[in-house]
Amino acid sequence: MFAEFLQFLFSGITIGATYALVALGFTLIYNASHVINFAQGEFIMIGGMSTVFLLKAGLPLPVAIPLAVAGTVLVGLALEKFAVEPARNAQVVTIIIITIGASILLRGLAQVIWDKQIHALPPFSGDSPIAVGGATILPQSLWVLGVSGLIVAALAWFFNRTLLGKAILATAYNPGAAQLVGVNTRFVLLLSFGLSAGLGAIAGILIAPITTTNYEIGIMLGLKGFVAAVLGGLGSGVGAVVGGLLLGVAEAMTAGYLSSEYKDAMPFVLILLVLFFLPNGLFGARGTERV
Amino acid sequence: MLNKTLRRGLLAASVALGVFAGTAQAAEPIKIGAFLSVTGPAAFLGDPELKTLQHYIKKINDQGGVLGRPLELVHYDDAGDAAKARTFVKRLLESDKVDLIVGGTTTGTTMAAVPLVEQAETPFISLAGAVVIVDPVKKWVFKTPHTDKMAAEKIFEDMKKRGITKIGLISGTGGFGASGREQSLAVAPKWGIEIVADETYGPKDTDMTAQLTKIKNTPGVQAVLNFDFGQGPAIVTKNYRQLGINLPFYQSHGVASKSFIELAGEAAEGVRLPAAALLVAEQLPDNDPQKPVVVEYSKEYSETFKQEVSTFGGHAYDGLMLAVDAIKRAGSTDKAKVRDALENTRGYIGTGGVVNMSPTDHMGLDLSAFRMLEIKGGNWSLLP
Amino acid sequence: MTWLQSRWGGLVLLAASIAVLPLFLANNYHYDVAIQIAINATVVVGLNLLIGYAGQISLGHAGFFGLGAYGSAILTAVYGWPPLLALLAGVLAVAALAFLIARPILRLKGHYLAMATLGFGIIISIVITNEAELTGGPDGMVVPPFTLLGWSVTGAQTWYWLFGILLLLAVWLSLNLIDSPVGRALRAVHGSEVAAQVAGIDTTGYKVLIFVVSAVFAALAGSLAAHYTEYLTPDKAGFFHSIEFVVMVVVGGMASTYGAVIGAVIITLLPQLLTGFDEWEMVVFGAILMGTMIFLPRGLVPTLQGLLRRGTR
Repeated sequence: MFAEFLQFLFSGITIGATYALVALGFTLIYNASHVINFAQGEFIMIGGMSTVFLLKAGLPLPVAIPLAVAGTVLVGLALEKFAVEPARNAQVVTIIIITIGASILLRGLAQVIWDKQIHALPPFSGDSPIAVGGATILPQSLWVLGVSGLIVAALAWFFNRTLLGKAILATAYNPGAAQLVGVNTRFVLLLSFGLSAGLGAIAGILIAPITTTNYEIGIMLGLKGFVAAVLGGLGSGVGAVVGGLLLGVAEAMTAGYLSSEYKDAMPFVLILLVLFFLPNGLFGARGTERV
Repeated sequence: MLNKTLRRGLLAASVALGVFAGTAQAAEPIKIGAFLSVTGPAAFLGDPELKTLQHYIKKINDQGGVLGRPLELVHYDDAGDAAKARTFVKRLLESDKVDLIVGGTTTGTTMAAVPLVEQAETPFISLAGAVVIVDPVKKWVFKTPHTDKMAAEKIFEDMKKRGITKIGLISGTGGFGASGREQSLAVAPKWGIEIVADETYGPKDTDMTAQLTKIKNTPGVQAVLNFDFGQGPAIVTKNYRQLGINLPFYQSHGVASKSFIELAGEAAEGVRLPAAALLVAEQLPDNDPQKPVVVEYSKEYSETFKQEVSTFGGHAYDGLMLAVDAIKRAGSTDKAKVRDALENTRGYIGTGGVVNMSPTDHMGLDLSAFRMLEIKGGNWSLLP
Repeated sequence: MTWLQSRWGGLVLLAASIAVLPLFLANNYHYDVAIQIAINATVVVGLNLLIGYAGQISLGHAGFFGLGAYGSAILTAVYGWPPLLALLAGVLAVAALAFLIARPILRLKGHYLAMATLGFGIIISIVITNEAELTGGPDGMVVPPFTLLGWSVTGAQTWYWLFGILLLLAVWLSLNLIDSPVGRALRAVHGSEVAAQVAGIDTTGYKVLIFVVSAVFAALAGSLAAHYTEYLTPDKAGFFHSIEFVVMVVVGGMASTYGAVIGAVIITLLPQLLTGFDEWEMVVFGAILMGTMIFLPRGLVPTLQGLLRRGTR
C-alpha cells in the first residue's frame, strides 16, 4: 500500500521538477514583459535534441551538455532580439502570436536540421533503479531533482542578493519606475529570454534520458509548464516551483488511484478548480488594478 | 500571306498531328498520389514511407518505367490530421487527377479518405493498421500492413503456448493503441486469455510507472501486453524494468523498428513481439520465400538513407510494388481494370508476407505473415 | 464616409465575392478549400466579438466547435435523429453549457482567463477521445449526410452556397451587434471594466452574452462542418484548432469583422499554398506568421484601413 503510494510520489515529483523548471522559464519572461512565451517548450526540445546530435557527432557528454545549453540560450536571445523587441509596443496578444509563430518555426527547423525520429540520451549515471521503501527510483530522477533544487536555490540567491537580479525584479514590479532609477529594461528583457532558454534547455537535457526526445516534445511539456506557472500564480517564482511539483504529483496520483484514462485531464481540472477559488493562482499577486 | 486553302490544310494537319500525339501516350507519366503523415505525431511512420516511395519510384523510372511510361509521385503531408488528409485526397483526385493512391499513414487519415476514393472510383492502397479499413470490405480500398487484430492473435497464440491465461494490458490512447486495445479485448477469449488489468496513457505521456504499478499489483497477472507505437512503448518498457516486473512482456508490431531497441536500451531484453520478416531478414532460412525481397529492401534502404530499416517503410514498398504489379497485369491505368488486378493479386511476395487478395480480403496476409520475435542481446531474434 | 466604408458596403462586397467566386473554382478540391474558409470565417467572426470587442480571450473555442460537431454526429449516427433537429439540439446544448461556465470563467482576467478556457477546451477534447463507444475514439467516426425533409445536401456546390449564406448571416449579425447598445457596452467593457461598471453597465451580463453568442457561432459551424466532411476526429476540438482560430482573429485584425474573415482566408489558404515547400513548410509558415505580426501588429485589415485613411488625407 505504502510502497505503491511512494512509487506514485516518486514519479510525480520527478516529472513535477521538470514542470517546475519550465514554469520558472515562463515566469521569468512574464515578469519582464507580461508576455507568455509559447516557444518555451521548444527551448526544452532544442536542449535535448542538440545534446543528442552533439553526442552523435562524437563529443563526450560533459562537453555536449554545456554546448547544447549555450546554443539554446543563443536561440532565446535571438528570439527576443529579432521577434519580440521589434514588436515591443504592440498589444500583448500580438506578441503571444509572434511566439506561437516562433514555436512553429523552431519546430520546423528542428525537423529539417535534425530529423523526425525519436532519440534517447544515455542516463548520466546508469539506470539501475534504487529501491527505497518498496518503491524504485531511477538515478536520473535524482539528477533531475538535485539539479532542479540547485537551480531554484541559485535563482533565489540571484534575485535576492545580486544587483542584476534585483533589477530584473524591479522591472517586473514597475518598468517605468525601474527605468527612472537607471535600469536598462531592454537588457533585462533580453537577459530574461536568455535565462529562460537556459532553464528550458537544462530541463530538456535532464529529462531526456527518462522520457526520450524528439522534435515535438516541446509542445506538451511547454503546455504543462504553462499550466504549472498559472497554477502557482503568474509572476511568482515560488508559485512556479510549487505549481510544477503539485501538477506532477496530481497527475501521478490520478493515474494511480483514479483512472489512467482521465489522467491527462487532471492538470486542467485542477487549474479550473484553483482559478475558481483563487483567480490569481496560488501565490499570484492580488494587485490593485489602475482604472 | 497564306491563302485560304493552305491555311485550312495546315489546320487539318495540326489537328491530325494533335490526335496522333494524343494517342502516342508513351511519355505521359502514370500519376501515383500519396498523402502521408510526414510530420506530426506519426512522422516516425510517414518519414520512411515517403522516402521509400520516392526512392523506388525513381529506381523504377531509371529502369524504364511501367508499361513504357514513367511514374510520377504527387505527395502531400497531412501531419496526421484527418481533415487535412481529406482535403489533400480531394486535391489528388480532382486537381492532380492521379491514377491511383498509396497512402494514409494512420487509420484516422485513411478512414477520412475512404468515402472520397469510393466516390471517385480510384484504387487506394492504405498503409495503416486497423482492421476496420478492410473489414467490412470496401470496393476500392486495399491495405498492406497486417491488422491490429492479427497482431493480437499472434501474440495470444504465443501466450497460449506458454500456458499464460491472465494478462495485464497497457495501451496508448492514440488511434493505433486504442484500436489495438479494442481488438485485444475482443479476441482474447478465443485464445483462453483473460485481461485482468486494463490501463491506458496519453500518447505524449512521459511516465507510466503509476499504471504499471497498478498492473503489477493486480493478483494473478502472468504477463503484460503493451499496444502502442513510437515514444510510449519505449518509456513503458523502461518503466517496466525500473519497477522490476519479471513477468513476460509483449509489445505489438508498433515497435517493429530498431529505434525501439535503441530507445528502450537494456530494458528491451526478452521482449516479444509479432513483426514482419523484414526485421530479421538475415536470420531467415535460405529457403524462405520472403528472404530475397526483404534482404534487398533492407540493404538498399539502410545504405541509401543511413537509417535503420523500418517495417512502415516496408509497407509503403509493398503498396507501391503491388500497385505497379497490378498496373502491369491490367495492361493500362484504367482504374477499374487496375482495381480488378489488385483484387486478383496471388502469391505476391512482399516485405510484409505473401499476399493473396480476394474479393473478400483486401489485405491478403494471414497469421503466418507475422513472425514472432524476441529481443536478445540488443537485436531481433526469430523464434522458432 | 464612402459607401464602401459604411456598415453595409462591406457586407454587399462580401456577398458579391461569394456569388462570383464559383467562376474561379475549377473542381471539388477548390470548392473544398473555399468551404473550409467559410467554416473557419464563421467561427472566427464570432470569436472576434469576444476577443476584439469585448477584450476577453478564449483559447478553447475549438471545444465548442467540436461539441457542436460531435453533438450532431452522435445524435444522427448513433441515435438516428433527423439532422436538423440534432443540429438545433446540439447548438442549444452548447449555448447552455457556455452560459453555465461563462459567469465563473469570466471573473478571471488576462492570462488566467486564457488558461481557464484552454483547460476547458482540452478537457472537452479528452472526454471526446475517451468516450470511444459514442464518439469512435481517436480514430474518429463517420457522420451521416445532412438531410432536410428527405432531401440530402450533397455536392460541393450546394454546401458552398449553404456555408456562404451562413457566413453572410454571421457577419450581418456581428455588424448589427457591434452597432447596437450591446456593442457599445462591450467596447466600454474593453476600455475599462471598472469605469463601465461605474457608468451602470452590467458588465458581467454583457460578457456572458457575447461569450454565449460566440460559442453558438462555433457550434453551428461545427455541426454543419461535420455533415459536410462526413468524418470527424477529436482533434477538431483540440488545442491546436483553438490556437488556429485565435491566430486567424489576430492576423486579420482584432475588432474588425472583416478582419476576421480575411484572417480566416489567409490562415486556411496558406498551408495549401505552401505544400511545394515540402519539409520547409512549417518553417515558412512560422516565419510568415511572425513576420505578419511584427510588421502589422494590429492585424491586416486595421493596418490597411489606417494606410488608406492616411493616403486619402
